[in-house]
Amino acid sequence: MIRLQQIQFRYPQSPFQLSIPRLEFKDGEKVAVVGPSGCGKTTLLNLISGILVPDQGTLISCDLDLKTLDDSQRRVYRISKIGFVFQEFELIDYLNVRENILLPYFINQALKLDQSVQERARELAASMQIDQYLTGRIDQISQGERQRVAICRALLPQPEILLADEPTGNLDPANKRLIRDLLLEHATRTNATLIMVTHDDRLLDQFDRTIDIEEFHEVVTAS
Amino acid sequence: MSGIFRLTIRYLLYNKLKTITLVLCVSLAILLPVLLQFGISQFERDLMARANATPLVAGMKGSRFDLALQSMYFSQADLESTTMQEVETIQETGYALPIPLAVRFTAQTAPVVGTTLDYFEFRKLKIAEGSSLQRLGDCVVGSNVAEKLQLKPGDRLMSDPLNVFDLSGNYPLKMRVVGVLEKAYSPDDDAVFVDLKTEWIISGIGHGHQSVDAKTDKNLVLQQQGQSTVANAAVPQFNEVTEENLASFHFHGEIESFPVTSIILVPHDQKSEVLLLGMYDTNASSIQLIRPVEIVNELLQLVFRVKQLFDANALLVSISVGLLLTLVFILSLRLRKRERQTMFQLGCSRSTIWKLQLTELGFILAGSLIIVTLLTVVLRVYIHQIMRLWFI
Repeated sequence: MIRLQQIQFRYPQSPFQLSIPRLEFKDGEKVAVVGPSGCGKTTLLNLISGILVPDQGTLISCDLDLKTLDDSQRRVYRISKIGFVFQEFELIDYLNVRENILLPYFINQALKLDQSVQERARELAASMQIDQYLTGRIDQISQGERQRVAICRALLPQPEILLADEPTGNLDPANKRLIRDLLLEHATRTNATLIMVTHDDRLLDQFDRTIDIEEFHEVVTAS
Repeated sequence: MSGIFRLTIRYLLYNKLKTITLVLCVSLAILLPVLLQFGISQFERDLMARANATPLVAGMKGSRFDLALQSMYFSQADLESTTMQEVETIQETGYALPIPLAVRFTAQTAPVVGTTLDYFEFRKLKIAEGSSLQRLGDCVVGSNVAEKLQLKPGDRLMSDPLNVFDLSGNYPLKMRVVGVLEKAYSPDDDAVFVDLKTEWIISGIGHGHQSVDAKTDKNLVLQQQGQSTVANAAVPQFNEVTEENLASFHFHGEIESFPVTSIILVPHDQKSEVLLLGMYDTNASSIQLIRPVEIVNELLQLVFRVKQLFDANALLVSISVGLLLTLVFILSLRLRKRERQTMFQLGCSRSTIWKLQLTELGFILAGSLIIVTLLTVVLRVYIHQIMRLWFI
């Protein structure tokens, strides 16, 4: 369960301000977040992941009050609970596909890279149909395949919350649906909460609900 | 392998050109002062060791540096020759053992050093193969010469003509190699040693030719006066000393007037040294007597002054490279901002991100140090040759 209450956040020296009176995400819920550019969708994800700290209000996630945690504790929370997928994939060009999937294990001492993780990475890659590129370079695969690599990277540590920031923004329509379905499928299988930011109305039908962050009220409830 | 090391190695290998450029830049910046310091120290050690082992040198007045360097290193300086008379004069004083040196010719570019057997004893040179000089036309080669020219006892070595277009000049002499010296790690390794008389034959003062008498072809005879027959220049000269023609070799003139380029003096004691120095410390004498140690010290003072300029230059280069590295580092930080942001979002701590950047820098510095160390080791092996090639 993620619960935001009376949240106020403002970037230093910026007129932008995000105010969320009350917002909840149930465990295993699949939620789409919509809204025009600059309305605070990415900021919401960064607040939930603990990258940003609200100026006011309460943000409870996985039974942790994120506002009371220090940097190090929020980092541990992010490593252990959050999986991030970005619009620009944010893959590391000097690593091969397999190493990109394993990246969280290279940069976090809290995550132990053992044989079981390596096997899980291979299985994930196979389920995303990119296992044939594991030793290949990032610039040698297509955009859709790159996003699947990024999803594998996010899913590998088995996060409880999957945050996807416009993951289909740079993809063609077929790949958009494929990526959405893959995210939904894996979130369902692992009972992870999926919060996906999107601009594409055609992708909304499979989500439990959609939140318009600009008006900040629920507009669609799928189930 | 730790994650940081893995990422660092991958990044550096992916950006090969950048990595190599940076490593070479840093290597050069470190190498310049290190090599200079190393080279100068070795240069100083080499020169001082040889100078300390050469007490006094006499030669015609002129450049003291040329006289010292030619006597110690057989460098091809255009020294005015003194005569054997001077050698005898020194001998007669009883103050020192004079060792004459005649260094005017080369054989396959190696200096031909005409001297006496005293030189070998004085420099403690030992024969590794073959024997010492036995007769006219023999030569003993230094170890480097033997190695370079693939020479062994029994081989022949031709002296180089001074001027191939001068028909009246000296003729090359085919010398018999009778011995190879043990390696001495000194300029003696790069020289060809002959007896003084052999050197005079190369210079044309002495020669051998077929006997000229009443039976000789009239075309070869210039003048016939009773028992005396004077040959003309058409009489062929021997260009090699053999057992058969050895007796025909002779010198024209008095041996006292024959040239030597310098004389090494080994004083019997300190008092003798002072007396000798006093003997030649006069404007009337055409001979100068020098202490090679003093000359080398003067030379080194000059070198150290030049080195100061190089040091300043090296400092500026180091500062430039330091600034360049800083610039590259800052630009790299800027270019890789998104990568750092991604890592941070994936849970990487800021300290780990910095460790990653610094490890990359560390690898570049380590790579540079390895190159510098390897080059220094190589330099250590070849320093003698390099020093001699560049400075002497």
